[in-house]
Amino acid sequence: MQTTISKKPLTMTFWHRWRWLLWLVVVAVIYLWAVTGLHFTGLQGSAAAVSRSIVHGLVQPDWSYVYNGSGEDLVSLILQTLAIAFLGTFISALISVPFAFWAARSQHDWRHVRSGSGKVVLTLIRTFPEIVLAIMFIKAVGPGSYAGVLAVSIHSIGMLGKLFSEAIENMDRGADEAVVSAGGNGAQVFVLATLPTILPEFISYTLYRFEIAVRSASILGMVGAGGIGTPMIFAIQTRNWPRVGIILLGIVLMVLLIDSLSEQLRKRLI
Amino acid sequence: MEATPIISFKHVNKIYENGTVGLKDINFDIPRGEFLVVVGLSGAGKSTLLRTINRMHEITSGEIRIEDEPIDQYKGRALRLLRRKIGMIFQNFNLVKRSSVAKNVLSGRVSYYPTWKSILGLFSAVDRQKAVQSLQRVSLAEKFYARADELSGGQQQRVAIARTLMQDPKIILADEPIASLDPLTTKTVMDILKRLNQEDGITVIVNLHSVALAREYADRIVGLRAGEVVYDQQIADVTETDLNRVYQTV
Amino acid sequence: MITQIPRRPWTQRWHVKPIAWTILIVVLLVTSSHMTGVDVAMFFTNFGQFTDLLMRMSQPAWDYLPVIIRPLYETIQMAILGTTIGAALAIPFSVLAASNLVHNRWLRGGIRLVLDLVRTLPDLLLAAIFVAIFGIGSTAGVVTLAIFSFGMVSKLFYEVIETIDMGPLEALESAGANQLTIIWYAVLPQILNQFVSYFLYTLEINVRASTVLGYLGAGGIGVFLQRSLNEFNYSQTAVIILATLVVVMVIDGVSNHLRRVLL
Repeated sequence: MQTTISKKPLTMTFWHRWRWLLWLVVVAVIYLWAVTGLHFTGLQGSAAAVSRSIVHGLVQPDWSYVYNGSGEDLVSLILQTLAIAFLGTFISALISVPFAFWAARSQHDWRHVRSGSGKVVLTLIRTFPEIVLAIMFIKAVGPGSYAGVLAVSIHSIGMLGKLFSEAIENMDRGADEAVVSAGGNGAQVFVLATLPTILPEFISYTLYRFEIAVRSASILGMVGAGGIGTPMIFAIQTRNWPRVGIILLGIVLMVLLIDSLSEQLRKRLI
Repeated sequence: MEATPIISFKHVNKIYENGTVGLKDINFDIPRGEFLVVVGLSGAGKSTLLRTINRMHEITSGEIRIEDEPIDQYKGRALRLLRRKIGMIFQNFNLVKRSSVAKNVLSGRVSYYPTWKSILGLFSAVDRQKAVQSLQRVSLAEKFYARADELSGGQQQRVAIARTLMQDPKIILADEPIASLDPLTTKTVMDILKRLNQEDGITVIVNLHSVALAREYADRIVGLRAGEVVYDQQIADVTETDLNRVYQTV
Repeated sequence: MITQIPRRPWTQRWHVKPIAWTILIVVLLVTSSHMTGVDVAMFFTNFGQFTDLLMRMSQPAWDYLPVIIRPLYETIQMAILGTTIGAALAIPFSVLAASNLVHNRWLRGGIRLVLDLVRTLPDLLLAAIFVAIFGIGSTAGVVTLAIFSFGMVSKLFYEVIETIDMGPLEALESAGANQLTIIWYAVLPQILNQFVSYFLYTLEINVRASTVLGYLGAGGIGVFLQRSLNEFNYSQTAVIILATLVVVMVIDGVSNHLRRVLL
């Protein structure tokens, strides 16, 4: 009985090492392409000067802007931004539920035709830039927060619809089964078993989306859709760095607060 | 005296889409009021067999009669009425975890209500009282307002039993009800099932892994292997060696 | 038979908590609607303009496509560079922010605070500021994405680090290795797969973000987006959006595939 050492292991490790190198080369080529493709302007002298004045403005923010009763001050606009985010997320959460059921795979939907189409629609909505959406809505309802609310609502459907549908796909169907076996009809199963099981997860995702919506809402103003974005872009363009500073401070505080609040609520849901 | 059996299987077969045989030529009758235990290895078809009774699984050929009515054509309301008289408890309890025990138990009564009432939670005072009584029968009345997931496994299964009682069932199907429970709670749950069988005359069909447990509670034991009935004896005639044959691969 | 149901505290019997929450939400909804001037009627009266816009968008100007190919490349390049720089910067910070590696609560807390602060800033905000500093062009875009990625990736990274098995670290430490060696040989191999996965995830997001950054002048396809919108040339806008869609879906597809292979 002879023991022949097969050639296979040797060739395997050889190919393995080659695979590593191949990947490395591919990645290197990509980076080379990326770096050479861009023109690096702007690393001029003025960059340093501008940075210095920005830092100066941040350190000495324009405190008078915080509240002056005009309705156009920091506090009012921050509240308006929050209102845009809140309303937009709320509406979106309601509309996303049917979308979620459309996009969720079910046992009966073999070949996943229905759910596949739902997923594609959600991806389309998610990829449509929120800015463009905001501008389109400005055409419909005029500049201001209304357009912002609509933009946030529609755009959020993409993310909430996807998260909701994943929750539906992964949910524990035991409670559903129990109500069916007791003789319940579709609506009874949905309200008494499916909804209570999935609602906490839905609410948690909605809160998560609210955190993101707050950030979106603060930017949408830059194209005229209301909130703190409008004075922000104006201040930047007029190089009013102290005002930029105070607005930045306001945004940072608002986001930190909302994030922390949302985290507390979400912890209590589980 | 031959009373009509409450459930009868006649040449029942179930073949899955990919060709696997779930059930093969099942033929037997279950008389009213019997405490039947079905034993067999995992995958032998016990779950499938149980679920064909309330049409949670469909059969490929053959006939199942419940109270001497064939059930294969039932649809919509008729199907729900059939399921109403058959209660089912599951290995994983299948309660709505975040809802209260009260809500869970009341949900057993849904088939007696029009949709809009059950959705809005408008259960009658009589039925609320009934829920309390069902919980008393499983000794859990004090947990009426507790959240379902605050209870232990054994307690949850008892709540599930209380839920089926709300249906006023003629039959209770129990699919491995004690698989997730420790020996002490197993005894509690099996005792309750036996009591319901003896006091209310409910026909009880239980899937079990443990032969010893089967011998302790059953009136009759049926053994399944690879979808076929390979053993069927009244408890008085059960011998240890015969039963072990069910589990051997020879 | 006496029914022994436990007595509920009055707060539960009268459903105080759910009612309170409902009232709160209704109040918030009403105030928000008031503040934002949401008026359902107005939406329908001006719907005509909106649909007109949609109609013009549904006829994409395909001849515009060659013009935007190069800017599209630029967008992707910006995203790649920005994500890489941001992720590279994130590594040391996330190591310092991991509770199982750094036991000094002040250092860790400080680092986490910095990371939280960076993450509060929306990407377009950073873009606006960096355009002011670096002028119009892709530099501003790369820096914006770098900082944005830095914030996003560092949190993901340190959460991964905290889940690693400490065993190999203890083994190395008892053998006398210094901190850097421990990180290189015990920490990194465990987290490399997850890192690359998160890197790709951030890349996906950045490609999306990058397409819009140009709106403020930070380079890439966004510049053309802004131009087409300003000129009311909506069929061009449509082409840009469609091209963006294709790019994002391709990148998403590749990224998802790689991530699945890795995990």
